[in-house]
Amino acid sequence: MLGKLTLSAIPLDQPVPLVAGAVVALIALGVVAWVVIAGHLPYLWREWITSVDHKRIGVMYCILALVMLIRGFSDAILMRSQHAVAYKAGGYLPPEHYDQIFSAHGVIMIFFGAMPFMIGLMNFAVPLQLGVRDVAFPTLNSVSFWLTASGALLVNVSLVVGEFARTGWWPAPPLSEVTYSPGVGVDYYLWAIQISGVGTLLSGVNLVTTILKMRAPGMSYLRMPMFCWTALASNLLIIAAFPILTATLAMLILDRYLGFHFFTDSHGGNSMMFMNLFWAWGHPEVYILALPAYGVFSEVISTFSGKPLFAYRSMVMATMAIFILSFMVWLHHFFTMGPGGDVNGVFAITSMIIAVPTGVKIFDWLFTMYGGRVRLTTAMLWSLGFMVTFVVGGATGVLLAIPPADFVLHNSMFLVAHFHNVMVSAVLFGAFAGYTYWFPKAFGFQLNEWWGKAAFWFGITGFVIVFGAFYWLGLLGMTRRMQHYDVADWRPWILVSAFGVAVMLAGVVCQVVQLVVSIRRRESLRDITGDPWDGRSLEWATASPPPVFNFAALPEVHGEEAYWAIKSRAREQMRLREEPAYEPIEMPLNSPTGFICAFFSTLIGFAMIWYIWWLAAAGFLGAFVTFVAFAWRDTVEYEIPASEVAKVNRANRSTRLEALHGAGQRRAA
Amino acid sequence: MLAQRPGRLTRVTLSRRGGLLRPLALAAVLPLLCGCQQHNILDAKGPVGAAEANILIIATIIMLAIIVPTMIATVVFALWYREANPRARYRPDWAFSGRIELVVWSVPLLTITFLGAIAWIGAHRLDPATPLDSDKKPLEVQVVSLDWKWLFLYPEAGVASVNELVVPAATPVRFRLTSSSVWNSFFVPKLGSMIYTMRGMVTTLNLMADQEGELRGLSTHFSGDGFSDMHFPVRAVSDAAFADWVKGAQGSGATLDRASYAEIAKQGTLDAPRSFGAIEPGLFDGIVAQTVPPGPGPGGSGVEGVRPKGGS
Repeated sequence: MLGKLTLSAIPLDQPVPLVAGAVVALIALGVVAWVVIAGHLPYLWREWITSVDHKRIGVMYCILALVMLIRGFSDAILMRSQHAVAYKAGGYLPPEHYDQIFSAHGVIMIFFGAMPFMIGLMNFAVPLQLGVRDVAFPTLNSVSFWLTASGALLVNVSLVVGEFARTGWWPAPPLSEVTYSPGVGVDYYLWAIQISGVGTLLSGVNLVTTILKMRAPGMSYLRMPMFCWTALASNLLIIAAFPILTATLAMLILDRYLGFHFFTDSHGGNSMMFMNLFWAWGHPEVYILALPAYGVFSEVISTFSGKPLFAYRSMVMATMAIFILSFMVWLHHFFTMGPGGDVNGVFAITSMIIAVPTGVKIFDWLFTMYGGRVRLTTAMLWSLGFMVTFVVGGATGVLLAIPPADFVLHNSMFLVAHFHNVMVSAVLFGAFAGYTYWFPKAFGFQLNEWWGKAAFWFGITGFVIVFGAFYWLGLLGMTRRMQHYDVADWRPWILVSAFGVAVMLAGVVCQVVQLVVSIRRRESLRDITGDPWDGRSLEWATASPPPVFNFAALPEVHGEEAYWAIKSRAREQMRLREEPAYEPIEMPLNSPTGFICAFFSTLIGFAMIWYIWWLAAAGFLGAFVTFVAFAWRDTVEYEIPASEVAKVNRANRSTRLEALHGAGQRRAA
Repeated sequence: MLAQRPGRLTRVTLSRRGGLLRPLALAAVLPLLCGCQQHNILDAKGPVGAAEANILIIATIIMLAIIVPTMIATVVFALWYREANPRARYRPDWAFSGRIELVVWSVPLLTITFLGAIAWIGAHRLDPATPLDSDKKPLEVQVVSLDWKWLFLYPEAGVASVNELVVPAATPVRFRLTSSSVWNSFFVPKLGSMIYTMRGMVTTLNLMADQEGELRGLSTHFSGDGFSDMHFPVRAVSDAAFADWVKGAQGSGATLDRASYAEIAKQGTLDAPRSFGAIEPGLFDGIVAQTVPPGPGPGGSGVEGVRPKGGS
């Protein structure tokens, strides 16, 4: 009846996962109970869970990401503390657990921390920057988000019911085949990633369509903000690369469930094929993550330098070059499998070439600051921190791209340091910069600067300590994924890295405190006009938070930096633009389709993991029925009357006019 | 000077300055490394590792020459052009310069052209399958990675050992590697290059220990619960000592045949190294051709001396 699922799946005899699971379950239940008892459920259902508004969906992606980043970081704390006590000893986490922890750490950070954060920021900001009302397919957007959340849920369920994969974050065969991983762990991985992968692919389709087909009148490609260019490149990569992952994991599923031989080393299979296929996705994936982060930095650095982005067209070329080149480098992930000098040499060169456009971007950001008026706000600090630390990661990447160097550094702590260096510097710092930058637009009040800066300084200091120690450990010959070790040389640096993670923890605490303090003091942090940073792109032309329809009338764009042009004219003439002719606006209706699809997907995933075939069939049926019910809708939009549009717009215009006159008087004085 | 004989490895020093640079850099760096340094890759004990460390150091210095000024410039620009500095000139419309763009594209391009050449040449000269430049005939060692131990077969001598690698110093060793089950990666950090081991496939690796000494090897590809215990001593000994060791192994009495192989292929780790005095003919080829059954994975019980999986 329940397939492989029995009570023994719950780790009642293992204190660590039991306690961790209990804590998480209690917190989750507590939050749900508070929501229901305080009567917030109808509001949440109506305004957030069934929302198809890109702004709301973007915020939910970011919330999911922040929660999962904390889960992933707690895995990191477990790993560092295990290493600190596992010198010539077993430590407190036996291999069965430790192996799950480092696997979960990677999976959560990449798939459920970094990806949702970047997709969330793109969802929120791209339509606003393009001067349009929403993405191309709003309900599909909601489906994408909820499928991602479903994958995240499955990974977290594995903590209490069953186990997670013990193969590392990429499940290499033969270890991931059913002979050597007979448990449900790899299956949890496979189904969670497949489900959320569908969501991501749909998101890619959505955003590419939006950027290519929906822009404000007059906004040609070369007048789009840089963030939209990087979003385009990233989502094109999603469309091209994610099907590879889906196909590869599907093949592994067939191997595990139906005894196929795609990746076995016998009966005609070949395990090396997995490496090729996985990394053909895996390398574009890191650029899927990094490109939107570069876009955030372009926005933040130009805004807080008071200057346009330096060499915009060059930056566009560099972005598209990165997009194309990211498909040509994947073999550098396995130089050490003996491909030979020619193959290794070709991929070494392509891997180095991709460093060029990235280097160009760094220099262009540098010259954006040159001649500017730099405001060292929290978002700008994260960007500067990125510029200073990322170049080290890029340099070590070029080093690792040299096959003879990789022959002694592959899979070492040096490698671990390199990819954390680039991922944390680019993606995480970019996420925090974007979060700080767009928070007032999303919620109508800024984040507290003092706590933000504290979070930055603790964060970057801890980061440098941990991964500096890791680089050194790699040179000392330490390999990754060890549960215990007995080399005296390594011990001091492992202890240093444990100290570093404590410093990073202080940074995380500051981030949380920042949010709490900002919410409490939101009146004093209010963003009244909608343009708290003296911004340059169209999202700052709306109120904070923007009305559901974003713009009362789609703006006419005549050049780069559309909003800066509007604002400069307004400042010269000391008056706002003409009021538009207000018309009723049609917006898509909210829909529970996304949430319900994800509900059934979670059932399908859980059922497939535990071999509960009837439940899986029921889940497929339910998902299909949901789709049909959605397709059967007659009414898909609702109309906002012109008077309502006028009222909302006039309110924002009057605050902006006040601010304009106030600033004018200050200048005159 | 670039190596004279194509296809053969010599000490790859890429310029006369490179020959000076490396000892200087090492002298700067080594005092910071503490302890007996059994694994540290910068202080290699063989020509392969030495060449690789050389390349690593030179490439690092070149990259530092690019990134350190960039890091400094970032901080300097941000501080000089900060809002509170009245002396900085505000140029709000300056957003392009052809000259700067030329420099900004060409400096990285030139750098990676140079490093790319190093990478191409290095990838060929230091390819693991490239034989070493030596007058001595290479010693053939066959390697099988097991869960979670290493089996070394010496086909010429007809002996085998588990979890202990003994090689004659100053003699090239040609490894042919495979796996009994999952992937692993054979690595002796102070000798240089690592290479993956995969079932049904043979990878080739050429290494040499310059002098006698005690080294250490490990696996660098995660292979399961016992992965952390997959380290093994590597002893580079004189030719005489090597012959003695072989004789000692031959006298041990144990035979490595399919039955004893099946026992050590079960999951578990070894308390102490073990040796075999005789090898069943064609065993390694049978492992590669998969006529010998693979490692069975979880569920196999241990034998005497082999700690079953999960014990710690």
